[in-house]
Amino acid sequence: MDKVRASLAKRYAKERRFRVLGRLAIYASLSFLVILLSSIVANGYTAFQQTFIRLDVHFDQQLLDPEGMGRREALADADYSGLLKKTLREMFPEVRERRDQRALYALVSPGASYVLREKVLSDPGLVGKTQAVWVTGDDDVDMLIKGHTERDGPENERRLKDNQLGWIDGLLEKGAIQKQFNLAFFTSGDSREPGSAGIKGALMGSVFTLVVTLLLSFPIGVATAIYLEEFAPKNRWTDLIEVNINNLAAVPSIVFGLLGLAVFINFMGLPRSVPLVGGLVLALMTLPIIIISGRAALKSVPPSIREAALAVGASKMQTVAHHVLPLAMPGMLTGTIIGMAHALGETAPLLMIGMVAFIVDVPTGALDPATVLPVQIYLWADSPERAFVERTSAAIMVLLVFLVIMNAAAVILRKRFERRW
Amino acid sequence: MQVSTILAVLLVLSSISYLAGRRRSLATAGGKIRLLHSLPGYYGFYAAIWCAIPALLLLGLWQAFEGSIITGLLIAGLPEELKALSPARLQFVFNDIKNIADGNIVAGALKPHLQAAAAHYTHVKHISEMALAALALALAVAGMGFALRAIHADHRARNKVEGMVKILLMACSTIAIFTTIGIVLSVLFEAVRFFRVIPFTDFLFGLEWSPQMAIRSDQVGASGAFGAVPLFAGTLLISGIAMLVAVPIGLMCAIYLSEYANRGFRAFAKPLLEILAGIPTVVYGFFAALTVAPLLRDVGKGLGLDVASESALAAGLVMGIMIIPFVSSLSDDVINAVPQSLRDGAYAMGSTQSETIRQVIIPAALPGIVGGVLLAVSRAIGETMIVVMAAGLSANLTANPLQAVTTVTAQIVTLLVGDQEFDSPKTLAAFALGLVLFAITLALNLIALHVVRKYREQYE
Repeated sequence: MDKVRASLAKRYAKERRFRVLGRLAIYASLSFLVILLSSIVANGYTAFQQTFIRLDVHFDQQLLDPEGMGRREALADADYSGLLKKTLREMFPEVRERRDQRALYALVSPGASYVLREKVLSDPGLVGKTQAVWVTGDDDVDMLIKGHTERDGPENERRLKDNQLGWIDGLLEKGAIQKQFNLAFFTSGDSREPGSAGIKGALMGSVFTLVVTLLLSFPIGVATAIYLEEFAPKNRWTDLIEVNINNLAAVPSIVFGLLGLAVFINFMGLPRSVPLVGGLVLALMTLPIIIISGRAALKSVPPSIREAALAVGASKMQTVAHHVLPLAMPGMLTGTIIGMAHALGETAPLLMIGMVAFIVDVPTGALDPATVLPVQIYLWADSPERAFVERTSAAIMVLLVFLVIMNAAAVILRKRFERRW
Repeated sequence: MQVSTILAVLLVLSSISYLAGRRRSLATAGGKIRLLHSLPGYYGFYAAIWCAIPALLLLGLWQAFEGSIITGLLIAGLPEELKALSPARLQFVFNDIKNIADGNIVAGALKPHLQAAAAHYTHVKHISEMALAALALALAVAGMGFALRAIHADHRARNKVEGMVKILLMACSTIAIFTTIGIVLSVLFEAVRFFRVIPFTDFLFGLEWSPQMAIRSDQVGASGAFGAVPLFAGTLLISGIAMLVAVPIGLMCAIYLSEYANRGFRAFAKPLLEILAGIPTVVYGFFAALTVAPLLRDVGKGLGLDVASESALAAGLVMGIMIIPFVSSLSDDVINAVPQSLRDGAYAMGSTQSETIRQVIIPAALPGIVGGVLLAVSRAIGETMIVVMAAGLSANLTANPLQAVTTVTAQIVTLLVGDQEFDSPKTLAAFALGLVLFAITLALNLIALHVVRKYREQYE
């Protein structure tokens, strides 16, 4: 007895250490999550603002519409980048040398001349007048104003030279540089120029791909779950199907991409990089998840419901269709939403079927070339410009918001509609 | 007629035959539903199915075989010297013919026999479309007529319709098998083409991975080597680091959540762990490349070590973080399944909670935990985006986690996202790697299943 009492203190100490270790493990995992999310948000929140420069533009009729007849074709083809350069020269009349002038032009984004073109085309009465126009600054200027790049350091190691910094300071004093909401991020497609790059193309591609996935995987998945759970005889063929489904759930996603490449693109000749093929591949990946959760939902309906329906004279099919399936539907929908959330974040199989191309236009259908949001994140992560770092993080934030919405919808659905028998 | 028009007409015809079937069934029973075997709707569905299904089957078969039949007819109509061309050149000729027929621009001059062939092609396609439309509609109408004739008051429509629906359900469930067969066949087919060029033993046991293929033997890329051992070594290194991170943390999380935590803590911590599982892997890859890898490099520089900027350690650490919730939830299920009687017996003998866990519960749950760890290893081996973004592409054969290595999945992505032609051994190597990956993950899953089944204690 004394031996036991002597060793008690050590044993209790071990117990305490073990408990602390367990808690440390949980806190470590949660802190990984917090570090991950906060580093993404810290990198990304600045992308929702964009630096704009106010130019006092005189829409010179000589330059834009020499004939003076106001024809739309003449206005559409006019030299707007010349207008832009003229405006900049007028704002900084002391700049004379060609090299300095080129440095001056580099302060605004290459897409700025299109802003002027849009303004004139939507209001041709502007020709001959002077107006202040806010145009996007170049991404180097953007990074400086947001504080991501340094002003000090030797000149040849910096992106912005001393003369450019001087002009920027001058504009800042006049209040002609401001950070405004970055609408282009949500309304434009991809671009090599960070100031004009947006996620709208990738978002529409994701939407079309998920719609195709849902339309294919939900009916087939529910049908398979019903068959396996209610109608299949217990023989070797059914066992084979079940083992197959469990294996498919554990196959790496890139193998599905290889399947899509070999069968859908090479053998069946479907076009590359379209949401239809992406949806087909993702539907094959999501099927096992829907089937497994569907079977669990069907299993949870108590036998008394089935027996009551059969006793009143319904056939097996009528029992399943009219009584069991409606009760199991919330569970099936929850599983489907979770499967769709997985499909939204998938990248590797879509890389294999070609959705990794640089696509500028926003897709309008399931057969237009497109990319999806996770692939867009992957492509931007490879780009060298500093401005793409914050945009990639912002795109990740948008993706995570969508995932949170979908998972929250699944949880709400489960809480409100699932019945505990 | 376009296929979509045919489908629309079929839809309308099926609806008409549904309504006709219903009306006819009521007519044969003299207006009294009680005299019918099934509800009138079932007679309607019977008629609609007989109208639609044969026509749809015909459409499917036609679409599948139309291309090859038309190509065969085209070849027969070409002059002799063109028939003798190799398949690749013949494909060019076909492209030209199709372009002329569509009114697009062509490569090369407009020869008269190509023009004739293009006119022939347009003619044949036109005939094919008309024939398809006529046949499909004829089948639909014939089906509707057959069904309507068969309907009478004693006709067991409900049984027939339910039998057809059951066949449809069974067909859906075989799609899973077709998917597996498709994966195996497609990967195997292309991998066999690869192994015809590069011997199997060279691939599996070769020590140098430098996938280049030259067109002529004196070009720079002629010294390609396709030995996959550095890739296997890199995969094992990164997965090993990931397991070293994930298994202890995940297991301790599971133990704490199931044994020590109270309900409030569990309700708070479990969803957060699920969030870790739900984050897309591309986000983990970005985090690894942007934050973790430079951090490790700076720490290494401070300690005097030479850490590569795309080290295996960075990728392995982040992959481990990703796998933690996987290990944790699988172990949690297994630990909860151990019956309370074992715990009570241990407490009754005077053991502390940690002693119970270490000496009673973990050994009882061990098969399940081992199965879960094997599944996690299979997940780590198959992971793509983290290694593509954070680990490099340099095939080093090393056990040093501070160096850059590459994995099987990263090489598959690189080989297929480039712009090589599809037949060269360089791209076929991706399929060979895919075959190895599929085989290994399948083997791991089967072993995990076997371990769990064989060693699981039957308590009740």
